[in-house]
Amino acid sequence: MSMQNQTVDQVAVSIHGVAHHFGESGDAKHVKALQETTMDIYRGELLALIGPSGCGKSTLLNVIGGLLNPAQGHVDVCGKRVDGPMPHEIAYVFQENALFPWNTIIENIRLGMLFQGVAKSEHEDRAQQSLKAVGLMEFANHYPGQLSGGMRQRAALARALSLDTPVLLMDEPFGALDEQTRMVLGEDLSVLLSRTRKTIIFVTHSLGEAVFLADRVAVFSARPGRIKQVINVDEAHPRKPSFMTAEKFTRLRNELYDLLHDEIRKTVDLGSRGGGF
Amino acid sequence: MSGFHGSILPATKREKMASRAVQLSFVVALGGLWYFATNHWGVNPLLLPKPQLVFVELADILRSGEFWPDLVLTLSELGAAFAISLSLGLIIGFLVSLSPALVKVFEPLIAAVYAVPIILFLPLYVLFFGLGAPSKIALGATISFFPIVLNTIAGFISVEKVYVTAARSMGASPTMLVRYVLVPGAFPVILTGLRMGFTVALFSIIGSETIASLAGLGHRIVHLAEAMEMARMFAYIVFVIGIAATLNQLVSWLEKKGTSWR
Repeated sequence: MSMQNQTVDQVAVSIHGVAHHFGESGDAKHVKALQETTMDIYRGELLALIGPSGCGKSTLLNVIGGLLNPAQGHVDVCGKRVDGPMPHEIAYVFQENALFPWNTIIENIRLGMLFQGVAKSEHEDRAQQSLKAVGLMEFANHYPGQLSGGMRQRAALARALSLDTPVLLMDEPFGALDEQTRMVLGEDLSVLLSRTRKTIIFVTHSLGEAVFLADRVAVFSARPGRIKQVINVDEAHPRKPSFMTAEKFTRLRNELYDLLHDEIRKTVDLGSRGGGF
Repeated sequence: MSGFHGSILPATKREKMASRAVQLSFVVALGGLWYFATNHWGVNPLLLPKPQLVFVELADILRSGEFWPDLVLTLSELGAAFAISLSLGLIIGFLVSLSPALVKVFEPLIAAVYAVPIILFLPLYVLFFGLGAPSKIALGATISFFPIVLNTIAGFISVEKVYVTAARSMGASPTMLVRYVLVPGAFPVILTGLRMGFTVALFSIIGSETIASLAGLGHRIVHLAEAMEMARMFAYIVFVIGIAATLNQLVSWLEKKGTSWR
């Protein structure tokens, strides 16, 4: 099911020549973060952005989410030009725990809906539904500090789901978790997402996570980043744990590794001033 | 060894009781020392009256209710001073915290003024506001303003950026951002400032009453000292300590309630 053949009205997110830099050119602190990038992301598609540290993948995600104005180019989400946060179209799951620690889990979810402008009468139903979707019903009245890192990310996902947006952006959502927890959360996410049919763009460092979850994986080059290649995974959701041991999984993972290896080497060698071994 | 895990909870409870016992025996020992020093070791009663006499005076003060006018005056001075420093401290602290440039200019400036012993200006306050309550209120408000404003600034700028970003991404308006993110995020630190402000307001008001005043608990204590009524003066000191301890407990309780999520 090659996504590239689909028509324009099935495009959810359209990136037009977006480029970004931090600081003024000529300035000592000037950093070219992202080279001109153009790409379409289709409805219901799960796109993973992967690349070496500082390659601009988070920058691109923040531009799509309207949290950052690009120096050049623009993004359309659901046919609308992005020029700031779009709470009705885009929900976010951040890497760090972005739940408000002074509110309980259910209060966090309700607050999200209040911010977005959902009618109060709908809050309770939607909050319960999203808690159920991530399996956290019994923890509705816990504070984030009382939950494990994995549960907190589930709760953050529940808050994002309750907003009922067509697009979900995830910035290394499982980045701070241990390997086992990310595997389990990844499986759950695959099941969940096959049901919601949202368009999802997520940034990750994990090759396995990218192959396991994504329909397409965009591989970035080292800074200043650009999309070096896009890999199709072409495997139906929900994906079973057995996919992780399949020959296809290994082949794609290795393909990604080969693409990334040189880029990561560049970053590491730059970081240690050529002190490779 | 097998009982080790099971004993963790009782042990913390036991530790708590043990520290309570140590605290209690400290107070008892102090009382005992006071008793023996005055009754058996011949300490001049003009310097330190016997505790039993102080107790009799305290009972008389409480029974007669003569403390009421002084207590009401001191507490209303405290209330007025704290209301002023709280409103100004919170408003100015919040406004300064809105811009990194303002924080850079004002935070060190306020911290520098905070280091000045403002009690030195009491004569000026008396000149401007008279010997009565207004000078006490003005001084208490000035002194307690600083910890409140500094902690308000620190509280607001300490709110993690990711909370603000998350709220913005969900569509929070500026008002919602302040109400649901900045204020609750800054609250624990602000509360610490309010507690410090409350304590220094109480100290400076009672202190200034002992220096130049017409009435109030501090005034009463100095008045008794000048009349050489040492037992009654000590009884008032015990009374003021009791009031201060009660207020402190109340503020601690409020602080604990306000930060229960921590």
